[in-house]
Amino acid sequence: MARIIVVTSGKGGVGKTTTSASISTGIAKRGHKTVVIDFDVGLRNLDLIMNCERRVVYDFVNVIQGEASLSQALIRDKRVDTLYILPTSQTKEKEALTKEGVEKVINELSETFDYIICDSPAGIEHGAMMALYYADEAIVVTNPEVSSVRDSDRILGILQSKSRRAEMGQEPVKEHLLLTRYNPDRVARGEMLSVGDVEEILAIPLLGVIPESQIVLNSSNQGLPVILEAESDAGQAYDDAVARLLGEEREQRFMTNQKKGFFSRMFKGG
Amino acid sequence: MSDTATSGIKQGFQLRSASVSMTALELYYFDNDEFEETLRDKISQAPGFFRDIPLIISLEKYEGLDSELDFFKIIGTCRRNNIHVIGVRGGSDDQRRLARGAALALMPGTGQRDRAHDTGAAAEKAPEPPAAPAPRAAPDVVPAKIISQPVRSGQQVHAPDGDLVILASVQAGAEVLAAGNIHIYGPLRGRALAGIHGAESARIFCQSLEAELVSIAGHYKISEDLQDSGWKSAVQIQLRDDLLVVTPLDKA
Repeated sequence: MARIIVVTSGKGGVGKTTTSASISTGIAKRGHKTVVIDFDVGLRNLDLIMNCERRVVYDFVNVIQGEASLSQALIRDKRVDTLYILPTSQTKEKEALTKEGVEKVINELSETFDYIICDSPAGIEHGAMMALYYADEAIVVTNPEVSSVRDSDRILGILQSKSRRAEMGQEPVKEHLLLTRYNPDRVARGEMLSVGDVEEILAIPLLGVIPESQIVLNSSNQGLPVILEAESDAGQAYDDAVARLLGEEREQRFMTNQKKGFFSRMFKGG
Repeated sequence: MSDTATSGIKQGFQLRSASVSMTALELYYFDNDEFEETLRDKISQAPGFFRDIPLIISLEKYEGLDSELDFFKIIGTCRRNNIHVIGVRGGSDDQRRLARGAALALMPGTGQRDRAHDTGAAAEKAPEPPAAPAPRAAPDVVPAKIISQPVRSGQQVHAPDGDLVILASVQAGAEVLAAGNIHIYGPLRGRALAGIHGAESARIFCQSLEAELVSIAGHYKISEDLQDSGWKSAVQIQLRDDLLVVTPLDKA
């Protein structure tokens, strides 16, 4: 049975697709057969970040509507050969994602894949509900600011009441908090919520903290999942998060600013 | 259904005394548009509380003209907002005649009773039928509803018959309601409404008061008015002389 993981947030622009791309790449790199599905019908982005937009022929909606088979729609990643992308439709309506259709696709993928990553659209509308409905686990992507935390709280409530696991009375969806765009300097100046603040409010286990970084933007623009930028802070932070997701113990990093400034180097002899 | 043993005659029903606590609308004057606006405003603060509740109109503090007292309009406006007016309390003979004309039940005023002589904390009971209530059978204990997960933004937890116990936080944007007391063993960041059927003795307890709104038997305070006493600390909230009072739990 595949582990079905939804990457969700409620709020837009917090880094769901960036996270989906990096987490799926990271899991696949460790040898697990992984597929990442774009649920954002009409706002197709995942294929851009995964740099496979020019190879899209059939999409998720075509498969649901029986116009193509899964094997026709799945795109194999060029960098990691255990990774597949199921792109979404840019032209269809989001109502094209029916519960039965999504279930059929997920069941079929479950037979051959170890991990299914569902990249949720923003909001709590139909597309987001479909993305989280079949999930076993959820990565809740949150920025360290009040409105993002509030929306994450809303999504957590929906996960525990509207998901299949909730409706069937099964063990609840396992929740992971991923704090993105974290800037320790701005936290210190009181401009952002701290990790502790967010953990205290949301009360779910912390999967990782991704530092705010120019590299995230650059790699998105180049169609490179940031986890493949192995030298960068953000890349390493995603690698830690993947390791933790797969059960490894790793100490939290990037919660304070490690880079020493000019003056501290001068005066502390570092 | 069942025969009454004493009469031996099969009856379709039996009359029993019942005492129910209810919400009273204390009317000072009546202007239909203003009335509806105020009513909607109150409802918007606690939509769950007001849905389909019975209401009595208290005329004891009515200062307007009898000619302005249009019960048909009051009933219509309330009905449009899913509130059911069932009777009036107090009022002059003329006013009560008007109410009777609108098919409303008449209840005695509480004016005769001197409230100053009521002992301090005893909550004022909603009006009771004139006949002395018959001794009641041992009350059925309604078990408290217990929730062990956080109540998240957008969720509502309702204990319509008794107490509500929450072993986690009530998040901002969440709403918890109970006919009885509400106990929250975590921070209260959302809305808590206790005594929703009018129980003025209901209380709210929480480990950290960070609420958007707290209400007991329809008396409420919003976040802005809660900042000065017990904010972000463990408190209990109760109703004393129609005022919500916040007291630290360690001084209770």
